[in-house]
Amino acid sequence: MQVRFLNMGDSALTMEIGDHINRNMASSVAAIDHRLGQELKSKRLVGVIEAVPTYRSLTVIFDPLILPRATLKRRLLALFNEDSDVADCATRCWRLPVCYDEQFGPDIAAVASAKVLTTAEVISLHADRTYMVYMIGFLPGFPYMGDLDHALYMPRRSAPRVRVPVGSVAITGQQTAIYPWESPGGWQLLGRCPLPLFDASRSEPALLAQGDQVKFEPISARSFQLLEVAAQDGSLDLSAFRLKETFA
Amino acid sequence: MSIQDQGRFGYRRLGVPQSGVLQPKFAKIANVLVGNHEDTALLEFFLTGPTFSLKEGTLRLAVAGDCLLEMTRNGKRRMFRAWRSITMQTGDTLQIGQVQSGKAGYIAVTDGFTMTSVMDSHSTYLRGGFGGLGGKLLISGSNLPIANQTATLERNMYLPSPPPAEIPGSSRESIACFPPATIRVIKGPQDDYFTKQTLNDFLQGVYTISKESDRMGSRLEGPLLTHRSDKSPEIVSDGIVPGAIQIPGNGAPIVMLADGPTVGGYPKIATVISIDLPKLAVMTPGSRLCFDAVTVDEAENLLRADRADLAALLATIVPLPDIAEPF
Repeated sequence: MQVRFLNMGDSALTMEIGDHINRNMASSVAAIDHRLGQELKSKRLVGVIEAVPTYRSLTVIFDPLILPRATLKRRLLALFNEDSDVADCATRCWRLPVCYDEQFGPDIAAVASAKVLTTAEVISLHADRTYMVYMIGFLPGFPYMGDLDHALYMPRRSAPRVRVPVGSVAITGQQTAIYPWESPGGWQLLGRCPLPLFDASRSEPALLAQGDQVKFEPISARSFQLLEVAAQDGSLDLSAFRLKETFA
Repeated sequence: MSIQDQGRFGYRRLGVPQSGVLQPKFAKIANVLVGNHEDTALLEFFLTGPTFSLKEGTLRLAVAGDCLLEMTRNGKRRMFRAWRSITMQTGDTLQIGQVQSGKAGYIAVTDGFTMTSVMDSHSTYLRGGFGGLGGKLLISGSNLPIANQTATLERNMYLPSPPPAEIPGSSRESIACFPPATIRVIKGPQDDYFTKQTLNDFLQGVYTISKESDRMGSRLEGPLLTHRSDKSPEIVSDGIVPGAIQIPGNGAPIVMLADGPTVGGYPKIATVISIDLPKLAVMTPGSRLCFDAVTVDEAENLLRADRADLAALLATIVPLPDIAEPF
């Protein structure tokens, strides 16, 4: 893996491990992030404000007047070359309900047509698969998951939507995600999930975490409404959607 | 209008943006005017300031921003400029006028507000619905949970030389009489997704702030930028920070701001340097700007100088002479 350092303005530096999606690369990023966290905790490195791990890179936000950029690069390279293991965590598995009706998935017909599939085939290709949460980002609790079946690979929309509804289940490239909030967005919308993915008042605000495994369960519009009501009045037990066994 | 502080740090890994004031310098001035720590939470308003009345007690507050204030006491009205603190008494009404340069103004109250912080910050993140006052904008009728003021500044304070107006306000006349503002950038992180010609178009073009701009990002209208034909107009999502300029497939640049996403999948042609971002962030729709590329070393030197200038400016804040008190 060839490492590149990319400047993002005067106070952020991206250490790029690669340019594509790959589980080994994501694990490598997680390892550097973990080691950097230890350096900061023990104050062996000062001037770092925070770090953002992604599929393929680690962005470090820092104060260049406290921590010279050249020093930061040198330390990150040393952490990258360090040969230590990150403790494995027990994998969490989720089965998340999704309504794929056209009212919730306005792009599903266009995806089916572009891929010469029926809508039902798009749904089964999307739902019958185990995804890994590669990272949380873009918006609070937004899970980037992969990998899609190759038959569903689609580019982003050329003009991003100004408003994507909360809960929208979307795809682009080999990735799938759920929008935890109403927001602008450029992905293709296939359906909607009624569970609240992020709640600042919960002790763990984000439902999903990096490394979790996720499958989708197609539900009717009626089930969607019932779950949505339960989520709103606080009677929904989110742990019920977490499976005790791991996916085969 | 919302409650903001200098930002929420350490949660980008959960996808939580920093939020915080768009114009940190003004916010620090407002806080120092009332004797607060520079980073205390305060009110950020856009375009037209609020009018509010004090039901009972006394309240020390300060306004930073290019606007005028009007206070009414016992039926008498007095006008005065911002960049000072003022002490309200029971029954007083304070009206804060239209911002004449940029769109943002700040109101600090002594000792700040009493709500609990969310993820270590009082900043309102509107799309997330948390921080500040229940994650919401303040609207007419909102009650502000103001701390019991204990700070000991005896006199009202003022800033003798306020920052100069460098950018237009919201009126057509104001926009017409300012030349395009220069915003300095550092190329990258994905400048290699664009040809030399496209980079030139970007640096030589004049852009206009679109109406679709908000605290998440400023959308720009102007020369459209195409990605290199041998590169995809998309990347595998990586980290983004406020100031990063994303170029989506339609070629129209979006400058990410305080409430902007933490990662994104469009190539970033350049990133606005820290000290110029507040200027761009508070520009009104229709205002014009152009970009100028600087090196990382130049940007660091500018940042160093800017911090020293701000410290020097805050040190000029002094007690207001009696003659300047409106009543």
